[in-house]
Amino acid sequence: MSAELMISARGVRKSFGEVEAVRGIDVSVQRGEAFGFLGPNGAGKSSTMRMISAVSPVSAGELRILGLDPATDGPEIRARIGVCPQEDTLDTELNVRENLYVYGRYFGLPRREVRARVDELLEFAQLTEKATTVVDHLSGGMKRRLTIARSLINRPEILILDEPTTGLDPQARHVIWDRLFRLKQQGVTLILTTHYMDEAEQLTDRLVVMDKGRIAAEGSPLGLIEQFSTREVAELRFGVGQHEALAEQVRDLAKRVEVLPDRLLMYSDDGESVVAGVHERGLTPLVTLVRRATLEDVFLRLTGRTLVD
Amino acid sequence: MTEISADGPRAAAPRTVLEGAWRLADFWAISYRRTWKGSVISSFVEPLLYVVAMGVLLGGFVDASDDSLEGAGSYLAFVAPGLLAAHSMTTVFGEASYPVLGKIIWDKAYFSMVASPLGIGSVVLAHVGFMLLRVAVSGAVFTAVMALFGVYAGVGGALGAWLVQVLIGAAFATPLYAYAVSLKTDVGFAPVFRLGMIPMFLFSGAFFPVANLPVPLEVAARFTPLWHGVDLTRMLSLGTFEPLATLVHLAFLTAFAVVGWHLSVRQLTRRMMT
Ligand SMILES: Nc1ncnc2c1ncn2[C@@H]1O[C@H](COP(=O)(O)OP(=O)(O)O)[C@@H](O)[C@H]1O
Ligand SMILES: [Mg+2]
Repeated sequence: MSAELMISARGVRKSFGEVEAVRGIDVSVQRGEAFGFLGPNGAGKSSTMRMISAVSPVSAGELRILGLDPATDGPEIRARIGVCPQEDTLDTELNVRENLYVYGRYFGLPRREVRARVDELLEFAQLTEKATTVVDHLSGGMKRRLTIARSLINRPEILILDEPTTGLDPQARHVIWDRLFRLKQQGVTLILTTHYMDEAEQLTDRLVVMDKGRIAAEGSPLGLIEQFSTREVAELRFGVGQHEALAEQVRDLAKRVEVLPDRLLMYSDDGESVVAGVHERGLTPLVTLVRRATLEDVFLRLTGRTLVD
Repeated sequence: MTEISADGPRAAAPRTVLEGAWRLADFWAISYRRTWKGSVISSFVEPLLYVVAMGVLLGGFVDASDDSLEGAGSYLAFVAPGLLAAHSMTTVFGEASYPVLGKIIWDKAYFSMVASPLGIGSVVLAHVGFMLLRVAVSGAVFTAVMALFGVYAGVGGALGAWLVQVLIGAAFATPLYAYAVSLKTDVGFAPVFRLGMIPMFLFSGAFFPVANLPVPLEVAARFTPLWHGVDLTRMLSLGTFEPLATLVHLAFLTAFAVVGWHLSVRQLTRRMMT
């Protein structure tokens, strides 16, 4: 392959005593790609990110980051990557500017250079007005933006983001997506985890669906939807407890039918004709909705479960 | 501006543990700037109070011969070096306990350090270095107060007594550090203060010669790092310096510091790099 390999994992595993968090994954990420790990809680995403961040030794398999082995070249790797962990690790006692400044110093950058970068990153993260606010007093979205800004202080070749917008309100999420999109356009290699299918669709060029420590599928967001789902989905909601029985009566109308506790999902390239067919059989759902298939549907198909429970 | 620029100096891994630790100097300076007011009393006022209360006022009631005071000319001269060494110990107990675990479970500062190119050794060295700087500063104040009261036999002894405070500090700091980073919560500290620090403070020769203790306790006292620190400080301060005993003290304290250092790096690695 001609492109530059930023991450390469072959049969990588991670165990914590009895718990097998990651059960042998193979991943390659090229320079400039935005690569995602989509999976529910407990899938092993954070364990994988920590290994890629060179702060957690692999239990088995071969991992190379920027061509280097984290077991022997951890500091060298960490000098060249940026990490935004799932839990913010900002120093709550220090203010916004101090958090950025001291972190920049850890990378061996001269004081004057760090100061210049701090000003630039405050602008980038839209935190200039909050520069002297103690971190404890920031909103969740601001803390997240500060963590992302901090991870950029060394101008990383790879930016690793573990659930960048989990727990934020929609507006705060969009601000962060916008910032990440800019970084992507600048050519920064992004690796992110999420359990939001919209986040994966918005930000990644390529992703893996991860479940129970394994990779269930790999592809582009659109490619995965094409491969594992129909183009459209008709969602039908009937009375409580009726879905299982009604599914049998309409199964032949769609390519595939999934029964959820509160609705039927009918997969077809033409959702409206499915809905029409259901009505023709004398069934009247309480609510009907025809929508485009998403990665959520891919996940359901692959694992039989929903992403967010 | 919303673009981030791409030029300028490149980040790099530190070449040595010391270089890495030095990168943390700004962090410790900024942290200390936020908390120094709380440490003024213990660093600057306590030494004066102790020397006056124990040495001058209590010492005024102590009528003992030079022999029974290990060669000190007065109780003040006997107790002041002991207080100096004991103060170095208590400073370190304060610094190497809650504040160390807090960097993991409260303010999370260690997590960002280990995510950077710094190694675990640099993180430990910088924090212990910060503690030893605190010991050196409060030791200097103590030394100045003692000089004022005419405790020292000479300038060289005063300087030596001050310098060994850093070694005493290290002998306590690294083992305590290893213990602190192994704890899940802070409940593990109270027993160490009650069963370790306070008995050592009272019975390791700071206030009276350990020879006054019943033999089993005397033997036990002679195996505490504080006794080695007290005796060393006292010999240097009073000029009653014996080469062999000095070597034994230095070796004992150094061994504690070195073993504690290795344990600290191992325990912090286990804690942070899982
Ligand atoms: N430090 C740890 N010690 C023990 N078990 C862990 C540890 N970290 C993660 N796990 C376990 O590994 C599994 C995967 O967790 P994680 O990687 O955090 O998944 P995700 O980020 O996808 O939610 C979970 O069962 C979790 O409980
Ligand atoms: Mg996670």
